[in-house]
Amino acid sequence: MRTFHFSEGAFHHLPEERDYASVRVSMPNRYYDPKIGADLYHRYLDEWLIADDLGLDIMVNEHHQTPTCVDPAAPLLLSILARQTKKARLLILGNPIANRNQPVRVAEEMAMIDVISRGRLECGFVRSVPYEVPAANSNPNRMTERMYEALDLIKAAWTHHDGPFSFEGRFFHHRCVNIWPRPYQQPHPPIWISSSSASGAQQVGAAGHIIATFHTGFDGTKFVFDNYRKGWAAAGRKGEVTDDRLAYSALVYVGDTEEEGRAGAQKLLWYLSHNKVPTHFRNPPGYNSLDANIKALRTGKVGTREPGFVPDLDHEISTGTVFCGTPDTVYKQIKSFYDHVGGFGHLLSMGQAGFLEHEDTVKSLKLIAKELDPRLRELKVTREAAE
Amino acid sequence: MNDAATADANAVKSTRLQLGDVDLELHRGGKGPTLLFLHGGGGFDPKAPFAAKLARDFDVVAPMHPGFGTSSLPFWMDSVDDFVHVQLELMERLDLRDVVLVGASLGGWVAADLATKNAARIKKLILVSPVGIKVGPREKLDIPDIFATSADDLLKLTSFEPEKRKPDYSKMSDEQVRIVARNKQTMALVAWEPYMHNPKLKHRLRSINRPTLFLRGSHDNLVTGGYVDAYAKLIPGARVETIQNAGHSPQSEQVDEFVSRVAAFARG
Repeated sequence: MRTFHFSEGAFHHLPEERDYASVRVSMPNRYYDPKIGADLYHRYLDEWLIADDLGLDIMVNEHHQTPTCVDPAAPLLLSILARQTKKARLLILGNPIANRNQPVRVAEEMAMIDVISRGRLECGFVRSVPYEVPAANSNPNRMTERMYEALDLIKAAWTHHDGPFSFEGRFFHHRCVNIWPRPYQQPHPPIWISSSSASGAQQVGAAGHIIATFHTGFDGTKFVFDNYRKGWAAAGRKGEVTDDRLAYSALVYVGDTEEEGRAGAQKLLWYLSHNKVPTHFRNPPGYNSLDANIKALRTGKVGTREPGFVPDLDHEISTGTVFCGTPDTVYKQIKSFYDHVGGFGHLLSMGQAGFLEHEDTVKSLKLIAKELDPRLRELKVTREAAE
Repeated sequence: MNDAATADANAVKSTRLQLGDVDLELHRGGKGPTLLFLHGGGGFDPKAPFAAKLARDFDVVAPMHPGFGTSSLPFWMDSVDDFVHVQLELMERLDLRDVVLVGASLGGWVAADLATKNAARIKKLILVSPVGIKVGPREKLDIPDIFATSADDLLKLTSFEPEKRKPDYSKMSDEQVRIVARNKQTMALVAWEPYMHNPKLKHRLRSINRPTLFLRGSHDNLVTGGYVDAYAKLIPGARVETIQNAGHSPQSEQVDEFVSRVAAFARG
């Protein structure tokens, strides 16, 4: 298993929750202090550089119109990292291509980063969360269809090397595609897609891309990975799904002592608790299934975590949303999770959030690199446990 | 009410109509001149009192747009323009003539657009709180963003008496609630961007040469009086009437007044 250091790059100096209607989409940016923001960008980049020095991999992501992730253009961060890091695999998870109307431009950006990093790009694509839709002014209907058509076009752009080709799809139309540069990795960088639904996971499995799932816990993650395997088999793919096709993201904090590990994780929970978003931004019509909407209309609720949610650390540890403690404890937590879900090859470790300071973030990163990562790299599924 | 006694609640019958790859849910009933009713974002309820009352004076034809109710939605469709072509074909197929075309809200957009394309089968046009054009400043939405408004606030914007119009989903069947959700979904598909309008429509409205009436509720804060007045100025000879004590759906909040205004205009 490989470990990717991930931070959403939050601007965490928020007003009191009662003073704003939504942390996403509509929070006025007068609350953003560009001077503090500049320091934060440098700090988060430093932490990714330290992760690289320590032999860990790197993940960046993208959200819009929100202080919870002030990274509305992940390729910009990634381009800095492509130049300044030496060894780390660089995962972007991902490009919200259902919301970007120029897939060819995305293909160009990713090819540039792959070349600058000399072939270290892990290229993720996401349908994106519902509150991205108003910011992108993107239609919440048919997003999966747009995403996959855009991906087809991007793959075609990466792999055509004999001059222009044309593409006339349902959503995207190009008469002359001929990107420069082409990717460093051949035929193209590894493709990742995030999904947590049955049909979504099956679709990723059928395509054989790497699937990533976020904070879905023991049973939710097993459900996602099982559906991935189902889609893989149904598409007639050879052999069993290997760990390198499967990724899981959790909040991770490693300390010298259990107390220190828990204290760090407690600060990471900021990420779960600061998500006050009204229903109309969480449920734009067409984004969620009709079944989910029947429930939403009857209960007024969407999803499992409502605004005002106060996470409990022990509960989050028990569900597999958080791994924390000493290196040995965290190894055992991950091993138990790993066996439960039938193995996975990529830990997307959210190691910084909210008020977790730089020194504490780096301390955990060092312990992960020195004490945890070598053991995780050796992980193999204990089949009895997996059954 | 005496009106209720004389209006047959089952006057409008449900049927289907296949138009190419669209399987359309269609309601029809009553006697008299043909009235084609094009519903808004909430869909069409065949049991709605205004439908039964209109059916006393008209042959009411009320199709569900593709993606609304149980009408199918082919993957290639995504716009009001698609709906217009469906309605044009429907009129042709059913051989509807001298049609009083009534469109409410989104259906008003469909009706106005249709009348700019081919009004051969249309006798008169009635647009009830229609959307579809952009007349205000670039920096402000003409129609408040229904996709960024809570359900309660939307009800307040669109109703004279919000508490009476609050739907009780607990009393509806799964299938009924599914249709509510599906209607919202299709509304977003066709009205998301450009939001609630076709930038070209306002330039085309001048070609409409049928008598046109705009109806709006006095308490409609979604489609404002100023918007409707500007809309009416773009159609030669069109006039605006306001129905008191009604919001965005005067056909629901002031049934009798709505029906009598429609009947009077159709006769006149």
